[in-house]
Amino acid sequence: MTATEYKAGTNLEKILSEGKFAVTGECGPPKSADGSVIENKAKMLAGYVDAVNITDNQTAVVRISSIASGYTAMQNGVEPIVQMTCRDRNRLAMQADLLGAHTLGIHNCLCLTGDHLSFGNHPEARGVHDLDAINLIEMLRRMRDEKKFDCGEEMDVAPKFYIGCAENPFGDPFEFRAIRLKKKILAGADFMQTQCIFNIPKFKTWMEEVRAEGLHQEIKILAGITPLKGVGGARYMKNFVPGMDVPDEIVDRMAGVEKGPASHAEGKKLAVEMIKELAEIEGVAGVHIMAVEWEEAVPDIVEAAGLLPRPTVA
Amino acid sequence: MITAERKPFDEILALVGDKKKILVAGCDTCVAICLTGGEKEAEVLASELRIKAEQDGTGAEVEHTAAIRQCEWEYLDMIADKVEAADIVVSMACGIGIQSMAEKFEPKLVVPAVDTNMLGMPQEHALWLERCGACGDCVIGETAGICPVVRCSKSLMNGPCGGSHDGKCEVTTPEKEDIECAWHLIWERLKAQGREELMIKNRPPKKWNLSSSGGPRKMVREEAKLV
Repeated sequence: MTATEYKAGTNLEKILSEGKFAVTGECGPPKSADGSVIENKAKMLAGYVDAVNITDNQTAVVRISSIASGYTAMQNGVEPIVQMTCRDRNRLAMQADLLGAHTLGIHNCLCLTGDHLSFGNHPEARGVHDLDAINLIEMLRRMRDEKKFDCGEEMDVAPKFYIGCAENPFGDPFEFRAIRLKKKILAGADFMQTQCIFNIPKFKTWMEEVRAEGLHQEIKILAGITPLKGVGGARYMKNFVPGMDVPDEIVDRMAGVEKGPASHAEGKKLAVEMIKELAEIEGVAGVHIMAVEWEEAVPDIVEAAGLLPRPTVA
Repeated sequence: MITAERKPFDEILALVGDKKKILVAGCDTCVAICLTGGEKEAEVLASELRIKAEQDGTGAEVEHTAAIRQCEWEYLDMIADKVEAADIVVSMACGIGIQSMAEKFEPKLVVPAVDTNMLGMPQEHALWLERCGACGDCVIGETAGICPVVRCSKSLMNGPCGGSHDGKCEVTTPEKEDIECAWHLIWERLKAQGREELMIKNRPPKKWNLSSSGGPRKMVREEAKLV
């Protein structure tokens, strides 16, 4: 495939287009104006992942903007996937920021609805939700492919983005989840990252539905992995994170090791085992490792999973 | 009061589709007072649908009825026979009444024939103006009885923006003529009350979580509950 045939020409797009198993990471900007936090996280991940998600006010908590942080990550050797939620901006602001991200050299965007404001540190704020994630995907696709703003007006230079979306295979109603993915494909998503997977049998069931519809041939699916640091995190995700499905055997396994270096090692080992199992599933094009505030675990996990060196693409 | 406007006839036809037993259900409370969805308007819409059915030869039968209030279970009970005999209910109530109907008779197909648009005041005969946004955090005690949340086009909290001119809002257009600047009105009335200091102080950002940004709202009156 020549450069002109790529939609955006990012490292992530090229790796996935060539059928290579992709690895993406995640990096949360800090709750202060300290840009060095992103620099350090980016340096930690450079060379170990193909691109890194930069979260957008994750859990509705104010942080350095995803686009500014994405630029910092890029300057420090990591290709960013900027996340954009519909919670904090209307369609004007989102289009303006997308044009701006393009001019900064950022060309991967993950379109999300966004966690509700009530989870965050500004619960009294007005939630925007002018568009939903599916509207945002479609708006971005039309900007890229048709050179049109949401209102239909044309622009001279289209922003180039490899368009991502998220999906939670464990959300309810379960039978709607594959349909929702199809809606996102129709809207224009190129790749999809899943919510953290702990219940692999259920994920496999979902992938069967996805394959039955042929969706894995229309979108690149990256399976989400979150390494556990200890049993506390496992219990928290099981009981308090909406839409999360953590089987008891995972909680028990983490509970069986001492908190500290032993549980960290066990969490990484579990993540590696899960990556290997997920990589065997037909239709899984890569993994998305969300090591929340534990980015330093990623190099070990990627190495132990046999995913190094990361491929280089022209 | 809650106000609503009837949907275009073609849109209603599309919602009705090929159903053969159609019940047009009005509501004799708010939407009757704003001349949109009371029993008379239900009768008119039923006639229009009947004529269309005859013109197209669909064989559809159209009845009409009205509940005293479509948003209360006991009034829905009173029209239950007609609802149950229909394939589809075309409701002319506000969004609350339509949903009550759909919930009460689930899984009966219930579609709206109106667009509910505001909490408005009948300013004069056949004219309603928006007066309340049901924001859950009323400020009009400090804004001279004038709601800036819905009467200011930008829901500002600290006086007029730069677009206020001659007492008019900048959103005034030929289609939306003569929108009064709420903050101009507030300023004038506060002056008349000798309370201008209320507009001089800075007001903090509004608590939108008490409005729709906080998720669906719920109200319980514990003392009034029947055990």
